[in-house]
Amino acid sequence: MRSSSRSSRVVLCVALVISVKSSGAPSAKQLSIYSDTASFSVPVSDQNGREYVNVLEVLHRLGRTDARSEQDRWRVSFNGSTAEFRDGKSRFKLGKSDRDLSSPFLLENGLAYVTVDSLTTLLPVFLQTSVTLHQNSRRLFVGNPAVHFTAQTNAAALVLNFTSAVNPSISTEPGKLRMSFTHEPLVAPGTERLSFDSKVIPSALYSEANGAAEIAVMGSGALFARFSNDGRTITISPAPQNVAQTAPTPPATQGNSSTAPPQVTVSTAAPGLSIPVFAVIDPAHGGDERGEQLSSQLAEKDVTLAIAARLRQEFQSRGMNSLLLRSSDTTLSTDQRASAANRSRATVYIALHAVSLGSGVRVYTSLLPEGGENRGPFLDWQTAQSTYRSFSQVAAESVAAEVSRRELKSRTLVAPLRPLNNLEMAAVAVEVAPRSTIADLNSPIYQQTIAASVAAGLAAARDRLKKQ
Amino acid sequence: MIPRHLIFGTAAMLVIAVGAGIYAWHLRRQISRQPTPSEIAHPASPPPQGPMEQVTLWIAEDDPGTLRPRAATIPMPSGRQERAEELMRALLNVYTQDSSPHPIVPTAEVRTVFLVDPGLAVIDLNRAFAEGHRSGILVEELTIASMVETITANIPGTTRVKFLIDGKSQPTLAGHAELSISYDVSAVQQLAAALQNTP
Repeated sequence: MRSSSRSSRVVLCVALVISVKSSGAPSAKQLSIYSDTASFSVPVSDQNGREYVNVLEVLHRLGRTDARSEQDRWRVSFNGSTAEFRDGKSRFKLGKSDRDLSSPFLLENGLAYVTVDSLTTLLPVFLQTSVTLHQNSRRLFVGNPAVHFTAQTNAAALVLNFTSAVNPSISTEPGKLRMSFTHEPLVAPGTERLSFDSKVIPSALYSEANGAAEIAVMGSGALFARFSNDGRTITISPAPQNVAQTAPTPPATQGNSSTAPPQVTVSTAAPGLSIPVFAVIDPAHGGDERGEQLSSQLAEKDVTLAIAARLRQEFQSRGMNSLLLRSSDTTLSTDQRASAANRSRATVYIALHAVSLGSGVRVYTSLLPEGGENRGPFLDWQTAQSTYRSFSQVAAESVAAEVSRRELKSRTLVAPLRPLNNLEMAAVAVEVAPRSTIADLNSPIYQQTIAASVAAGLAAARDRLKKQ
Repeated sequence: MIPRHLIFGTAAMLVIAVGAGIYAWHLRRQISRQPTPSEIAHPASPPPQGPMEQVTLWIAEDDPGTLRPRAATIPMPSGRQERAEELMRALLNVYTQDSSPHPIVPTAEVRTVFLVDPGLAVIDLNRAFAEGHRSGILVEELTIASMVETITANIPGTTRVKFLIDGKSQPTLAGHAELSISYDVSAVQQLAAALQNTP
């Protein structure tokens, strides 16, 4: 019998990514949409030199949506209005009248896409309200949602007061603290560059890019942020010597193909405060272990890594922290994966697999072997999952439901798959099969659809994945 | 002048020599076409002995990813262990056919099946079975469930099933389904029940 104490002997081989930016890792394009009812981000893909978004991804978060595609036509009903689009055409029918988008509508594998700027035509007619697009930063405001802020210094601190609670992602570098607001409709102050009469914090800069607003605070040394007033106030002050945590040790790598994951820096709002992790994302296989050879050019380990990166971003756009077990082509044993996941004390674990057999997505929970012996605080390694099965099933069903909503086949099953048995949290494995051809597995659009489904499914079930 | 009988004699000998040469060349070609013992894919196994008997094989179908029972009539020996081996061979025979619903490499073989009281069946498969098996969670668990269900449906009293490859335990079948554990039959029966439903 192996116990969970075994985890202490395993090197933590993870790239910890808790709502921080990985140094040097380019972010995928996204559009953030803010309304009175929901704020969210959707992926943006470049097609024919234009920026497109999945219309259904946008609409179903804003209201009741039903969509159906037939050959080159796509019909959608939203809050009682019906519109019909044709692949490659800018003109669409709204009820009995014709309207024009700024660029052609695209229908790809049953998924409907319009350009980002076409949303300024489409959403007002569906929502009966004004829409403002910040084109360069891809931020779209439906109606008049806005969070304003004021900034003033007192003693050795900068105090930022917001009109609503905020929850930015925070990263630090020497002499600078960045706060990135993805899901708050933060708007610019009177001037983008703010100067203060302080030697410790002389200035701050407001900017917008890739679906987010950012406030960068410049300081003479390391800075840290503290939240108060129910998230409406952020106080930034010089960091005590022991505040900044360094990134976890890069994974011990094996084999020639292994490379160390990017270094990341984790900053916390206060000394000793650990940031709770919602999800552990585990791209299966890696390094010497290739998984299924999906085609002559494509291995399972590469597809799982690509989907994992998108899933991490999907969680981030929903304000949920995640931990990525592998961010490069690294070999990790299933025991190492389980140990790292258990240490994180996350709410849910997601293993990502890709396969050529079948179509759509299959979501698995653990098929537990014979019961082991649990003694006091020590759980049997082979059956550690046993007390979390009901939570895992909730997670699996919620993910499968989200996949089905996106008109993909889904199925839930149990599987004798490591390391599901060894995890002390809700745990699922997601096996992604193509929609129609193997090339789908390498399609950014398809990968993004899968990632969005998984994140949305788990976000919807987050209150039911843990003992309250 | 050469006597006529000498000409005929020489000609006849030439014809015989050419014919013998052609025959020898033909024999040599035939021998070179026969496979050497190491090239024989299926070592000859003794033909099953025993009366024909109806059994239940649990057959995996990759499309649409289901597991269904199917009646089959095969010769079954009297010993429990031999019966278990014949069942596994009959199952693999279905999967190694050209029209298999769940293709497995033709060189896959059951080496032996041990029945260990109380209730443990140990299925020992050859290396080709694992090395040639397709990789994927569903495709691997279909194979596992198919074998476990076939054993338990026909060998009463089986409560656990363990898989060996060439006599040794290995971590997974082809990167996914676990082989380091012994399978609890009741857990696999729940999986089999779920796999009977068409997605």
